[in-house]
Amino acid sequence: MNPNTDSSRVYYLRRGWRLQWEEAQQRHVLLYPEGMVKLNDSAGAILGQLDGQRDVATLIERLQAQFPEAPDGAIAEDVHAFLADAQQQGWIQHD
Amino acid sequence: MTDHTDTATANGATGAPLWLLAELTYRCPLQCSYCSNPLDFAAVKQELTTAEWIEVLTQARAMGAVQLGFSGGEPLVRQDLETLVAEARRLGFYTNLITSALGLDEARIHALRDAGLDHIQISLQASDPDVAAAVAGSTKAHAKKLAMARAVKEAGYPMVLNVVLHRHNIDQLDTIIALCDDLGADAVELANCQLYGWAHLNRAGLLPSQAQLEAAEATTQRWRQHLAERGRDMRLLFVVPDYYADRPKACMGGWASIFMTVAPDGAVLPCHSARMLPMDFPNARERPLQEIWYASAAFNRYRGDDWMQEPCRSCDERHKDVGGCRCQAYMLTGDPAATDPVCDLSPDHHLIEAARREAADDSRSAQALTLRNARESQVFCRA
Ligand code: SF4
Ligand code: SF4
Repeated sequence: MNPNTDSSRVYYLRRGWRLQWEEAQQRHVLLYPEGMVKLNDSAGAILGQLDGQRDVATLIERLQAQFPEAPDGAIAEDVHAFLADAQQQGWIQHD
Repeated sequence: MTDHTDTATANGATGAPLWLLAELTYRCPLQCSYCSNPLDFAAVKQELTTAEWIEVLTQARAMGAVQLGFSGGEPLVRQDLETLVAEARRLGFYTNLITSALGLDEARIHALRDAGLDHIQISLQASDPDVAAAVAGSTKAHAKKLAMARAVKEAGYPMVLNVVLHRHNIDQLDTIIALCDDLGADAVELANCQLYGWAHLNRAGLLPSQAQLEAAEATTQRWRQHLAERGRDMRLLFVVPDYYADRPKACMGGWASIFMTVAPDGAVLPCHSARMLPMDFPNARERPLQEIWYASAAFNRYRGDDWMQEPCRSCDERHKDVGGCRCQAYMLTGDPAATDPVCDLSPDHHLIEAARREAADDSRSAQALTLRNARESQVFCRA
């Protein structure tokens, strides 16, 4: 399993990268120098919560409020796993 | 690792041009012998106006284009670049400036930043000023590029450095990567010269040898390890020259599949080289981009696989590499619908082998290659 990301960490998008909703594609995309990642719904929802202020615990709370029907613990697990991957892929950073 | 990407696309339908390359001008203060601009670029005189470019950007964005490259020639020659960047950002494009850095200064770096420019890609010719001078036809450019790369980094942009590799600089790769590291690059494209336009004219004098290429790949690999050990996040992208591959590249991800180029005079192309093909391309001054992309004969010509000949037509790999590059097929065989001769299944593959041999016998120095400039270009301009 993915190593747990620290709940008090504040992640932000890599400098110069941009998350954007693309109406034409009906999905979120992550834009970076000469490239684009087409995100699935859950990746788009998680990255959409990163504002450079919120820590991981806050992200999880907000997503739980947004998707109240998700089973207990599922969102937390998804968020931790996603952030670990996203950091490894160089999409996000933390201080 | 879990996949967080969304790959769903409408089945078989033509998708939107996600990438727009805006070639603002063919004018350029440099004269690189590897330039991929058309040989007859000097014939293009009527550049699109600011208002016409804004119209192009607006239409392309409405069609779903989201990545935008400003290139040329040297896009900084256009004094309205800042205006175009601001408009592009307002429309929601991710804006990339692809530049030689000539024409850049700190004031302009900040003006572009204020306009919302997302990224600046600077090209370097070499690590050694003499080789750089010979290849770009300018003795002053190298120092200027280095100073501007530092300034771009300081201004907080993500920075990709692009180094076009050929036989005259590829042996310096180790010091080239060290230089990029020192300049603080976030990524480096080590792109073996694609042999189009001026580069094709100079082909025999540019193509490296197999041994040079293998050494360069080993150097890149060594640097990747070294960077990883230091925790330095600088991606190295090594682009192998077609001429040493046994399968062609899936050129532009497929003809008119995700890429759209608008040339300085408004010609709309499926890639920046396509202008050389023996066919007419529509012009953004005359027809809406939407119609050009979806309905023009030129854009539909090599879409899908109906146009393919053998051996591609019945080949299992045809959806992977789309039969290669139409420009390369045309340049080498005279038939734009032929299998790209890079493929070793192509009956014309011997042309590639002959080109390698020809290059091995070419002993010209970098100084002896034909420089890309308006005077040389006149030779190729039709009256
Ligand atoms: S490759 Fe060189 S000559 Fe050609 S447009 Fe770029 S900087 Fe100018
Ligand atoms: S024959 Fe055509 S489709 Fe098959 S690998 Fe070669 S270029 Fe690709």
